Amino acid sequence: MSEEKKEEEKALPDGARGAGEAQTPPVDPEREAKLKAAAEARAARAAAKEKADKEAAEAAPPEPKPPSPKQPELERIVELLKRDVSEEAVEDAYVNELNGDMPTVVVRNAHWRPAAELLKRHEELSFRYLRNVSGVDYETHMEVVYHMVSLGTKREAAIKVKTEREGASVYSATPVWATAGWNEREIFDLLGIDFPGHPDLRRIMMPDDWVGHPLRKDYEPLDSEV
Amino acid sequence: MIRTEELLLNVGPQHPSTHGVFRIVVKLDGEVITEATPVMGYLHRGTEKIAESLNFTQIIPYTDRMDYVSAMTNNYVLVHAVETMMGLEVPERAEFLRLIVMELQRVASHLVWWGTYLLDIGAMSPFLYAFRDREIIIDLFNELCGARLTYNYMRVGGVKWDAPPGWMDKVRDFIPYMENKLEEYDKLVSGNEIFLARIKGIGKYDAETAIDYGLSGANLRCTGVDWDLRKAEPYSLYSRFEFDVPLGKNGDCYDRYRIRLEEIRQSLRILKQAVRQFPDGGETMGKVPRVIRPPAGEVYVRIESPRGEIGCHIVSKGKAEPYRLKFRRPSFVNLQILPKLLVGETMTNLITILGGVDIVVGEVDC
Amino acid sequence: MEFSLESISLEERKELERNVFMGTLEQLKAWARSNSLWPLTFGLACCAIEMMGTGASHYDLDRFGVMFRTSPRQSDVMIVAGTVTKKMGPLLRRLYDQMPEPKWVIAMGSCATAGGPYVKSYAVIKGVDQIVPVDVYIPGCPPNPAALIYGINKLQEKIRYEAKTGKRVTGR
Repeated sequence: MSEEKKEEEKALPDGARGAGEAQTPPVDPEREAKLKAAAEARAARAAAKEKADKEAAEAAPPEPKPPSPKQPELERIVELLKRDVSEEAVEDAYVNELNGDMPTVVVRNAHWRPAAELLKRHEELSFRYLRNVSGVDYETHMEVVYHMVSLGTKREAAIKVKTEREGASVYSATPVWATAGWNEREIFDLLGIDFPGHPDLRRIMMPDDWVGHPLRKDYEPLDSEV
Repeated sequence: MIRTEELLLNVGPQHPSTHGVFRIVVKLDGEVITEATPVMGYLHRGTEKIAESLNFTQIIPYTDRMDYVSAMTNNYVLVHAVETMMGLEVPERAEFLRLIVMELQRVASHLVWWGTYLLDIGAMSPFLYAFRDREIIIDLFNELCGARLTYNYMRVGGVKWDAPPGWMDKVRDFIPYMENKLEEYDKLVSGNEIFLARIKGIGKYDAETAIDYGLSGANLRCTGVDWDLRKAEPYSLYSRFEFDVPLGKNGDCYDRYRIRLEEIRQSLRILKQAVRQFPDGGETMGKVPRVIRPPAGEVYVRIESPRGEIGCHIVSKGKAEPYRLKFRRPSFVNLQILPKLLVGETMTNLITILGGVDIVVGEVDC
Repeated sequence: MEFSLESISLEERKELERNVFMGTLEQLKAWARSNSLWPLTFGLACCAIEMMGTGASHYDLDRFGVMFRTSPRQSDVMIVAGTVTKKMGPLLRRLYDQMPEPKWVIAMGSCATAGGPYVKSYAVIKGVDQIVPVDVYIPGCPPNPAALIYGINKLQEKIRYEAKTGKRVTGR
């Protein structure tokens, strides 16, 4: 609780705090005393927490977590990708514990197209149902996330493809899953990621003459006051 | 010599049968459509961008306004995603309330669909009946959370309001009422020759195509694919209740119509059990930190909304605001098959097929 | 035919005063217009569902002579029900221009009034009054059907008031 409180105070805009102080001259002894008491209490709480943390850390050294039940699934996907597509195809692979142990594989852009084919057509994986395509702007790079599921085995996977921010481009998955079509158009429109191989890549949400890609983190609207 | 010319016809964005501001540009050869290009974005409001500067509790009202015919399920997908990330426990009473309102919402949403679909096809009175009965559900929601359409009812870790005294009895009374009305609807419409001639065998596709296009909800199940997330990947308390997933086999508009009506019946079945099992007392809010701050990471959760699979993909950096929030909107994905379905159909069938997909433009454009 | 006011008895005059109303032609037109407001079904977003609900059986807008028309050329009033985006703006203006005079606009809900919850959005016009002149604003997100009916009543009042006094309620 205490930590949150502190952070909240930190989160207050500096301008607002400054203005507040300027308006009330710092001659109010009562307020001064209150502030001092609050500061002391905060320090005491922080110290207590530090101590507790230390004790906790000493008492129980972090145990290695048991491997996730989905780990074999992930390893199988990676194995197949490496065997059938390319040794270089997989950039990273991990189990997303937050999301119910979702197997997550980061596929290198150059190998994404054959990898998508494999994921859908391979009899063991058969990710025939593409659930969702999201584009994320990480400021350092862009990422397209494909969530897929196999309707027969109910196995899920998230495949990520990373790309540069400048001249962002990811091979289109539309020829493999028709679902990707409009989703990729939306990502193209709002995030400005190009999808080579897409049959009909146009803006979908914004008017055709719109400038910029609104969901990018550094987007500045041209007409802010309309 | 008779010469035919291709006619370019613009349907929408202001058109009574496109259910909002949706536009299709069709090329016609006589009365037969040779090419259809949907144009949307007329209701694109930038919800995902706005969400990046708001905390999670503040985003809940925006989910209401996405699929405004089914606000409760949209509420749920967001709070469920955050709860999954934070590993929060929701009290049983709250979860029951959520389930009950979601199923009521499914009934209300299908009623709107039923009424407007028949209105599109040319029957006026079903619309009036559907809205009369929907009004009862709306009144129930109004009593529960003080809003008729945009409820803002669920919170991370629970629900905002407990059921007022006597509310559950009203829900209990509503179930047999609605069951009777459903039979009436069936008698009124489902056997009508003209209606059947308009929708049977129209807008057909097979299971393979449906899966390839990522369709969900009744649009997927009309082809016989047994995929209802309430059964396939149970969330909330759905595993506790008995209900069937209605399936079609022809994949045409008629099957989609039957499935939606049957889904109302199944929802009432779930409601009946839920009302009976509703716990007497208990909390409606779980233990939730004062500032909701999911850990860094990402999550994709999905639930079954009346229109299909609605998903929520959150990328969090450990702050109170999401770093990126993306909704997988069933209407948007389901609509993608439309150009394919329309080619070779007549102009009258455009309305039949578009209505059969069941879209809400607020959700298509987000 | 000869007609003399003197020949009317007092009782008959009282009877006449009860049954005959005097007014200008403008007032008569306003009376007719205000009681047959035909709105254009201009559902944009969430408010459209409430507008449909108002038109449906429970609230029954037909009672007030309000019947939804699907063509702008047959309608008198445009109920802008929902968020107007920058992509929709020009089309809204075109539909407004297609409506025959006299015409009125009701901005239903906070989105149409001032942008509402989407005021910070990059894609939304902050109030439909930037595109077309608005006569009645109805607050709410979305407004209750009763609020919409009240708004329509206000518009009727306005039409009659303007005809009676010759003044404009709002400057255009």
